[in-house]
Amino acid sequence: MRLPLLLPLVLLAAIAAASLAGPLVAHVMGADPAAVDLLDRFAGPSVAHPLGTDELGRDMLLRLLEGGRVSLTIGVAASLAAAVLGAAIGLASGYLGGWTDRVLMRFADGVIALPLLPLLIVLAALDLKKLGIPHVIADSPAISLIRIVVLAVLVGWTTAARLVRGATLVTRSRDFVRAARSLGAGTPHILWRHILPNVMAPLVVATTLSVGDIILLESVLSFLGLGVQPPLASWGSMLSNAEELITSSPFIAIYPGAMIFLTVIACNLLGDGLLQRFDPRDAARM
Amino acid sequence: MIRFTAIRLVEIAAMLVLMSFVIYALIGLMPGDPIDLMLGADPHLTSADVARLKQLYGVDRPLIERYLAWAHAALSGDLGYSRLFSAPVAATLLPRLGNSLVLLGLSFVIAFAASLGLGIAAARRPRSRFDAAVNFTCFAGVSLPTFWLALILILVFAEGLGWLPASGMGGSEGGVFADRLRHLILPVATLTIASIGGYTRYVRAAMRDALGQDHIRTARSKGASEARVVWRHALRGAMVPIATILALSFGTLVSGALVTEEMFAYPGMGKLIFDAVMGNDYNLALAALLLATAVTMLANLAADLAYAWLDPRVSYR
Repeated sequence: MRLPLLLPLVLLAAIAAASLAGPLVAHVMGADPAAVDLLDRFAGPSVAHPLGTDELGRDMLLRLLEGGRVSLTIGVAASLAAAVLGAAIGLASGYLGGWTDRVLMRFADGVIALPLLPLLIVLAALDLKKLGIPHVIADSPAISLIRIVVLAVLVGWTTAARLVRGATLVTRSRDFVRAARSLGAGTPHILWRHILPNVMAPLVVATTLSVGDIILLESVLSFLGLGVQPPLASWGSMLSNAEELITSSPFIAIYPGAMIFLTVIACNLLGDGLLQRFDPRDAARM
Repeated sequence: MIRFTAIRLVEIAAMLVLMSFVIYALIGLMPGDPIDLMLGADPHLTSADVARLKQLYGVDRPLIERYLAWAHAALSGDLGYSRLFSAPVAATLLPRLGNSLVLLGLSFVIAFAASLGLGIAAARRPRSRFDAAVNFTCFAGVSLPTFWLALILILVFAEGLGWLPASGMGGSEGGVFADRLRHLILPVATLTIASIGGYTRYVRAAMRDALGQDHIRTARSKGASEARVVWRHALRGAMVPIATILALSFGTLVSGALVTEEMFAYPGMGKLIFDAVMGNDYNLALAALLLATAVTMLANLAADLAYAWLDPRVSYR
């Protein structure tokens, strides 16, 4: 079965475009996603609020677009950062070999063999002030965003590192690399011009797949109250008090989760679809 | 093989010692302070009392000294006292571990049986409509946020239809067994739906590979029945990757249901870890996290061993 590429691409582009256009939509609607209206809570869909309002009377549609911007930013930023870090470690490990390789790969094995969610909860709950980071920085809302990205990179780099290491091991003894070396090319040149282009395809696939994983991870941590902090909101944090609200207004709980679900399934379809195109051997299995 | 296992066990022990220190240090960086919590609970405490308490609990000593004291006690079997549950840590952990095993064990058996059936059926009819439907359902399954799935199930079956309880473990009203079972249905369903997609994808891919091998063609050409080809010859080859996944999923038995247990207020290990971390219960959080780490690492070892045992081409020297 050939997986669709266009469908997830269009879906992702639509979600991303709508989220980015959030401020514009707010301007056109003449509403503010953060504007609280306690007299208009749990309102149903109307012209003023196409998707109704939440428990504080905020416009649901604008909140969803706002949350999408935060969730997508975290997903893309963290998976790109994890890919860069992982690729650097993988290149070092595969090209240098020996002790460097052994230590780095044992470290990757160690990270993979940990129960990640409980440990991430500990790391997400850490009090940065006790680490000597000043109040102003540690309590700013932006730090919750950066913290999630850092946590996702901490667990996410291993996939890229293993992929790149494997491909580097195969490529470094190929004739064209030997030829380049005998012509006097330095290590940075060989890594950048000859080895990296050869590992790009699997790296792109892994990075696409990891966007979905990271959005899921972010949503869980934010849902538990340990991720994105107010006034910022992500799809996960919008659900954090949905548990008490499902009786009064189930849609508050349904919309953000549906957005997470759609985005993640699009990333997964796109990633596996790309894998199918890049690697015909794997394509037979899909 | 024995040498390999022994080396790995030593590595796991070393890793656990390292992790115990890392977790010990991290937990000290949690917001809040146990002495402050005691102060809050009893406004009559004076600053002299605080100093005395700090000395009693050793908070004024350096980190490494405190860690060594904890490690010494832990090695002699004393994991300390849980402030949150007012009971020794070991006595708090064990019943919770049992609850988690029931929840995760049940959903694991159901999810695995279903995915074995679905995956094999899909692999036997490649490119059929059924195969495509299974494939797409798997994509949906691995993309579902677990907590959202739980919310929807609560919304429909507990709030909407009122058929099933939404939280707790039950066992108090009516028949104890029947009541516990009723409380298990929604959490088990959540975990099963959440894990079935991933398992099915593995089984399907492994069976596809196995059915494409030369010895399968040989078996068919010598006249073996289709059932025999699938269940005897192909499944045997497919068992190697499947057993690896099986062994790895044991690693999630301790903390794998954290989100589900939290959603349904089910008193298992995952919820215990979350509550202990959030409630500044240092001793409990430390022991529970270490237990989860140890089980995950042992499961990884088990996966490696199963791999070598089932596939004669693999050998660890």
